[in-house]
Amino acid sequence: MLLGADDTVATALIELGLVIAGLAVLARIAVRTGFSPIPFYLLAGLIFGAVAEPSVSENFIELGASIGVILLLFMLGLEYTGSELTASLRTGFPSGIVDGLLNFTPGLIAGLILGWGWLASILLGGVTYISSSGVIAKVLTDLQRVGNRETPAILSILVIEDLAMAFYLPLIAVLLVGSGVAGALTSIAVAVGAAGAALLVALRFGGALSRAIFHNSDEVLLLTTLGIVLLVAGAAERLQVSAAVGAFLVGIALSGQVARRAETLVTPLRDFFAATFFVFFGLQIDVGALPGALPVAAALAVATAMTKVFTGWWAARRRGIGTKGRFRAGTALVARGEFSIVIAGLGVAAGLEGELGPMSAAYVLILAIIGPLLARYSDELVDAARRRFALA
Amino acid sequence: MADVEETLLPGVGVRHDFSTSDGRRLGVIVHRSGRRELLIYKKDDPDACQAIRLDHDDLRVLVEVLGGTQIVERLASIQYAVEGLAIDWISVPPGVETIGQSLGSTELRTRTGVSVVAVLRGEMTFPSPEPDFVFEAEDVAVVVGTGEGIRKATSYFRDE
Repeated sequence: MLLGADDTVATALIELGLVIAGLAVLARIAVRTGFSPIPFYLLAGLIFGAVAEPSVSENFIELGASIGVILLLFMLGLEYTGSELTASLRTGFPSGIVDGLLNFTPGLIAGLILGWGWLASILLGGVTYISSSGVIAKVLTDLQRVGNRETPAILSILVIEDLAMAFYLPLIAVLLVGSGVAGALTSIAVAVGAAGAALLVALRFGGALSRAIFHNSDEVLLLTTLGIVLLVAGAAERLQVSAAVGAFLVGIALSGQVARRAETLVTPLRDFFAATFFVFFGLQIDVGALPGALPVAAALAVATAMTKVFTGWWAARRRGIGTKGRFRAGTALVARGEFSIVIAGLGVAAGLEGELGPMSAAYVLILAIIGPLLARYSDELVDAARRRFALA
Repeated sequence: MADVEETLLPGVGVRHDFSTSDGRRLGVIVHRSGRRELLIYKKDDPDACQAIRLDHDDLRVLVEVLGGTQIVERLASIQYAVEGLAIDWISVPPGVETIGQSLGSTELRTRTGVSVVAVLRGEMTFPSPEPDFVFEAEDVAVVVGTGEGIRKATSYFRDE
């Protein structure tokens, strides 16, 4: 019996080691080629799932994946300060609305045309709506465009998407539970109330809360933050508001120095667990369903790449940016990534619409790779188009 | 002097930029980490820029070359010029109560009339710290006030 237990541990460690070593190789390739590692991790999950599914360590991977989602959303909440949220809302609200209308609607309509239910279609709308702030931040840094004059337009759209998530995610969580109209309405009120309360706490009492948590020792601060995030996430899950939402609201409520330090401390953990989450998402997908999902996913990718380019173009134009800058803003926004997968993951976990998983995976694989490429060659594309039209 | 435009970059920091007298645009990003980036906007596409990352040493060299010493000289003369105003550097010794407290909660200005205009931490500088700025051991607070106020502030920081 004892020998058996040791054996299980050994197998689990070897499996995990293989998976992580595989991811390390992929991350190396991603860094070398300048791409986001997210599509590589997804592919790894798909391949593991098709070739040799880890059996013993699966529980660990599943739990790791939930922690990954929690940390991804916690750090999304941490990313912006209360004053940045309000300032972006003030200047970027019209662009935010255009962004929402143009990029949520295609996913929603595609879902409905495919004959999916309303809920699955709303999730697909979320998948096509949200840009990947992780991929975009990396693209802007790598291409040294953080100082460009169109960049504030890009960032303010990302901030507003972030705020929109504060209301969209609780709503989805509630709808997924599906407890009749009256029950749903109460839960929606609770969820939206919780999001509003967290925002208010962040804006009004962020300082006091952060001071209470603050500690000079990195270790104490890391453990305190993680403890709070996991507790709130767990409580939220228990109340059927989804763990991800709870974590996100904690991130929003923290501010100032605590937020900055927590960001540095949690990032390595987030990277590890988020990778686990992408692999897990890939594992859950039936590779056989991918080719079938590909044509629609590709069409959706092309359509929503264009709508994002227009969104960025329009937002930059409002700020008096020239043609090239407008297209740089537009192409930068095309990348979808981690949060599209998080949204799709909520639906997959709830056993909604079987096609949602493969569709979202194919969609993110396409745009996480095409988006940064478009952004990189944006100026060249504009020049080429100009020459073309000048000749014609 | 040229107008310096400030732009908030959510999640990144603040960008400061201005037009030089011959019409080129120059800027600096102050990242939240305190890191600086020098921006030189392009002639043919004024929205795009060449960005140069500066670490702390680069920054010191650049400021030195550009005439930072003049500022120090001028600062020294200001000290003499404003009678009754004193500037001092107060270090926060390890183990005192102020550590972990925010600037606002120390109520330093109410107690002593002294303002903290900057805090130096190792290689980093926090100019005009906000009320939610939290002190760490070995921080050096740059304070402005009356001589008497600064004496009070010094003993406050030492838990005296």
